[in-house]
Amino acid sequence: MDVGFEIAGRTFASRLIIGTGGFRNLEVMGEAVTASGADLATVAMRRVDPTARGSIIDVLEEAGCSVLPNTAGCYTARDAVTTARLGREALETDWVKLEVIGDDRTLLPDPVELVEAAETLVNDGFTVLPYTSDDPILARRLEDAGCAAVMPLGSPIGSGMGINNLYNLRLIVEAATVPVILDAGIGTASDAAIAMEMGCEGVLLASAISRAENPVAMAGAMRLAVEAGWQARHAGRIPQRLHARASSPEEGVAKLGA
Amino acid sequence: MTAVVINGERHDLPAGATVEAAVAESGAPEEGRGVAVAVDGEVVPRGQWAGTALRDGQEIEVLHAVQGG
Repeated sequence: MDVGFEIAGRTFASRLIIGTGGFRNLEVMGEAVTASGADLATVAMRRVDPTARGSIIDVLEEAGCSVLPNTAGCYTARDAVTTARLGREALETDWVKLEVIGDDRTLLPDPVELVEAAETLVNDGFTVLPYTSDDPILARRLEDAGCAAVMPLGSPIGSGMGINNLYNLRLIVEAATVPVILDAGIGTASDAAIAMEMGCEGVLLASAISRAENPVAMAGAMRLAVEAGWQARHAGRIPQRLHARASSPEEGVAKLGA
Repeated sequence: MTAVVINGERHDLPAGATVEAAVAESGAPEEGRGVAVAVDGEVVPRGQWAGTALRDGQEIEVLHAVQGG
């Protein structure tokens, strides 16, 4: 079965996008990225640190992973747009994971600033992948703005609570004509599998791998979960029933004693 | 002399210093690979670094990619 997917005309073999935040060091990150099978990895833009050892770009290149700059840490459309342009300049890609955060306690998106930033960046030629609330109307507005995908959260970033509103996610998946990528909140493999079974085209996660006790093992688990969820979605599951339905024949049962 | 702020810290650069000099001063890797620059909140493309002179009081942000969500 083909398990690749396409965003804005670019095909990816893996439906798992990995966030690189939270790893102990670049060595563990590199091993986990390889184990995850991801073809695309997010990075953040921060001030140059002259004392920093190693380059994340080199490590990702070695792992065969393309770089997706994000706008993490931005609270206004203006800052997010400038940060996206800096990412484009530094990394020579016009793809951006757009994040505009509303506050630092919940890290939930600011929907007003998000739509404004998305419109500006699309007009500026970016391929915009917005991190968004699990709000079907907002997802539609982002798609209308020309975003190449919509990336609703399952639950707040780093919370590991999984998918809090399956109903909203269903509505988003049902209506979207661009890929829906579940972004944020994944805690363990079953969360990723559920997202794919719900009809998401991909999953983006960072902390669930990077902050696991064994990040490399969890990266492998997530790779399998995303593939399993996708295959189950397309294999056509059985309907849920209130009562049992025997799988062994009900005819020809021997008469034994009473 | 041109007094500027690079990544939040004050630096005194020679008069007529350009963005290129500020990038070197920031400790960015040689030739600024993987680096992007904003001066007073506006991105300065790499091709304009050598030709963009700095003025007193300007704030320069020199950024690169790090681990992030």
